[in-house]
Amino acid sequence: MSAVQKLTRRSFLKTGAAAAGGLVLGFYLPGKDELEAQATIGKLNAFVRIGTDDAVTLYIHKAEMGQGTVTSLSMLLAEELECDWKKIRTEFPGVDPIAFGPVQGVFGSMSIRTSWEPLRKAGATACEMLVQAAAQKWGVPKAQCRAENSTIVNLATKERLSYGSLAEAASKLPVPQNASLKDPTLFKLVGKPQKRMDTPAKVTGKTTFGIDVKVPGMLHATLQRCPVFGGKVASFDATKARAVPGVKQVVQISSGVAVLADNTWAAMEGRKALVVQWDEGPLANTSSATIRNTFADLAEKSGAVARKEGDAAAALSGAPRKIEALYEAPYLAHAPMEPLNAVAHVRADGCDVWTGTQIQTAARETAAQITGLPADKVQIHTMYLGGGFGRRGRADFVAEAVEISRAAGVPVQLQWTRDDDLQHDTYRPASYTKFTAVLDADGNPTVWNARIVCPSFGGLRNGVDRTAVEGIAEIRYTIPNILVDYIPPDVGIPTSFWRSVGYSQNTFFTESFMDELAAAARKDPVEFRRKLLSKAPRMLGVLELAAEKAGWGKPLPAGRFRGVAVVDNLGSFNAQIAEISIDKGKVRVQRVVCAVDCGYVVNPAIVKQQIESGIVYGLSAALRGEITLDRGRVQQTNFNNYEPLRMDEMPVIETYIVTSTNPPGGIGEASTPAIAPAVTNAIFSATGKRIRKLPIRPEDLV
Amino acid sequence: MAAIEFTLNGKRQSVDVAPQMPLLWVLRDTLGLTGTKFGCGLQLCGACTVHINGVATRSCGTAISSVAGKNVTTIEGLSPDAGHPVQRAWIEADVPQCGYCQSGQIMSAAALLVRKPNPSDADIDQAMRGNLCRCGTYSAIREAIHRAARYASSSKVETGGGQ
Repeated sequence: MSAVQKLTRRSFLKTGAAAAGGLVLGFYLPGKDELEAQATIGKLNAFVRIGTDDAVTLYIHKAEMGQGTVTSLSMLLAEELECDWKKIRTEFPGVDPIAFGPVQGVFGSMSIRTSWEPLRKAGATACEMLVQAAAQKWGVPKAQCRAENSTIVNLATKERLSYGSLAEAASKLPVPQNASLKDPTLFKLVGKPQKRMDTPAKVTGKTTFGIDVKVPGMLHATLQRCPVFGGKVASFDATKARAVPGVKQVVQISSGVAVLADNTWAAMEGRKALVVQWDEGPLANTSSATIRNTFADLAEKSGAVARKEGDAAAALSGAPRKIEALYEAPYLAHAPMEPLNAVAHVRADGCDVWTGTQIQTAARETAAQITGLPADKVQIHTMYLGGGFGRRGRADFVAEAVEISRAAGVPVQLQWTRDDDLQHDTYRPASYTKFTAVLDADGNPTVWNARIVCPSFGGLRNGVDRTAVEGIAEIRYTIPNILVDYIPPDVGIPTSFWRSVGYSQNTFFTESFMDELAAAARKDPVEFRRKLLSKAPRMLGVLELAAEKAGWGKPLPAGRFRGVAVVDNLGSFNAQIAEISIDKGKVRVQRVVCAVDCGYVVNPAIVKQQIESGIVYGLSAALRGEITLDRGRVQQTNFNNYEPLRMDEMPVIETYIVTSTNPPGGIGEASTPAIAPAVTNAIFSATGKRIRKLPIRPEDLV
Repeated sequence: MAAIEFTLNGKRQSVDVAPQMPLLWVLRDTLGLTGTKFGCGLQLCGACTVHINGVATRSCGTAISSVAGKNVTTIEGLSPDAGHPVQRAWIEADVPQCGYCQSGQIMSAAALLVRKPNPSDADIDQAMRGNLCRCGTYSAIREAIHRAARYASSSKVETGGGQ
């Protein structure tokens, strides 16, 4: 059972009176016994509050990093609650594992998937209680009352009572356990494009991101870390740093030396004046070349089996001709626009942290461990995130802020610079994959064999990290003999999830190699895939829709070329067709057609945003994204040498959404994987040269 | 340190800080105007864009001393109520995702429209390529700039008609 299913199955509802009066409705994700225990002491968390002033507050136990969670979750609630969704207020509650489950946060494109049912139930249950309260007040049967636009209407007399006037009475009623949900065909709000709730504040500079938090008495800190991963401070001289105007303190913590000042710039200037001697540790001689050599050596050995179907070894040994290819992907940084930061205030009896985190529970556990405080004495205040992409799922920056505040005895805002961000990221791991395939006389693949060498970044089970093999092992193509094995090198470079995780490199590998097989079989790339996807109807559906919309097979203007790729990840399916030109040694992506099937769509406007967003993120990496190492140090320093896509490089993106009644799939990461292979397959169409290593280099284009 | 005086969002402002302190950090840390964002510190991303005498300028690379006597406008001063044509267009086109780069995008777009009230796509590319967005809102930004140009020209027609 997937994590999503577990959470949904365990969802549960309870109510109680709000401290401020009115109806409080919690939607719970934990086990029933824990829930009962919590409810009896009156502690409610993930909940909806209806104030006596008519205000509906939705407490969002996720985070908003641009993916539209605040808007989409409000829509789900409002659809069933029959309230004016534009008037919903949203707040991010504190950590509560009892109420929200063991991992509270946003990751794996799961916000809609885990909220789709619980939030609608929360709305429907609250609505039923308001109806019942109105019926009691009027002394009429419930059937005579209907919820409509934040009021209950008496259908006989046309009288109306506002939600606010009923909230307190409703909160005293027993909670209906089986409030019925609307048939999605009756949705008025959900399923239609709606504007985002967070836009007005974001166009006036009023949104409070982590970096904007100010706490009384707060000092601003920067941290000098060892430039080599795993290195430690040997000694330091802070004399010159302390002399910088505005610098108040210099403290050492486990990962480096922090300079605290009364403004961020002074803290940066103070850091420049620090003199630190480092014990660089065992990675001092690591470089991109040594890492690649390690991967290449390991690729000659066999690994743990990630997928085995049929008998690939026998089929390979008897094959007259094998098709082999070696693919490589680099380390990548996340580089969200808002450099990492956290405000921490450690006191003897508690700790507060204000930050944009993707995983509130990780932030809290980290702070509790460092301070030795019980977890319930640590408050995580979730701020808006200036981008996450997986990076803010880690708590390293929270740990640093907490350590600095503890050492300095004051509230501290730790601010990372862009070079800190690129040089001390937890990276999307590099990967090295060898493919071998066999085609039968009709050009159909009979063997799919891959050896994946990639550092484990999602945890090993039976020797396999499923995140490192996803997108290669779980292909949807029908091939009788499949053997995928996996080897996890340990090269000491910190890694973490990067938008779309294993698919971010593996779909490039798989969809490029599929294109190689199509070429070897002398078949059209779409036709070749179509035939192999006959047992994967949703995959086939997006492939055919993209091909139709892109005019696949129809002539292109001179100098334009097309490439295709298709992927299923996070419960969604999408196909992309990229149209490119090559000019003066540069590839220009002119147009991308994306067909997506993400099940039931809550807000098509946000789906379209996320498709475009994921494509730009993947395209930035395909064209220029690469983190390289020399003497254990990351060589990239800022956006001049780690340069994302800019406005003048933006392709026209056309998104076509498949109408579906399947449960919602994830969308925040869906479109990132397929863009790189769609583009490199188009380059192959232009040049006849197969690109097997990212990023795309000028010499690949001639 | 001597006080440095300038006009900030239409009001006289005096600050007593190190003369080489970047305007970005004076705005954010000294004056508490946090709508202007830090992204790179090297004028490579545009998140810190403000107007200095009407010209879009990266505040991270602008020493406060160089601002003395000048007019500085930040996102907070663009309009009192999100009523600037660029902000209205941004709301209509629903541009932001994470939103972090958008103050800078809006300030760059507003300065562009003063110079070129009816910008071409090439004008937009040139004026906006210094503003990075990791969420990939570029198509929506382009649409919003064209939309803002239409708002501005229609409001000019109204003003002209009344005179």
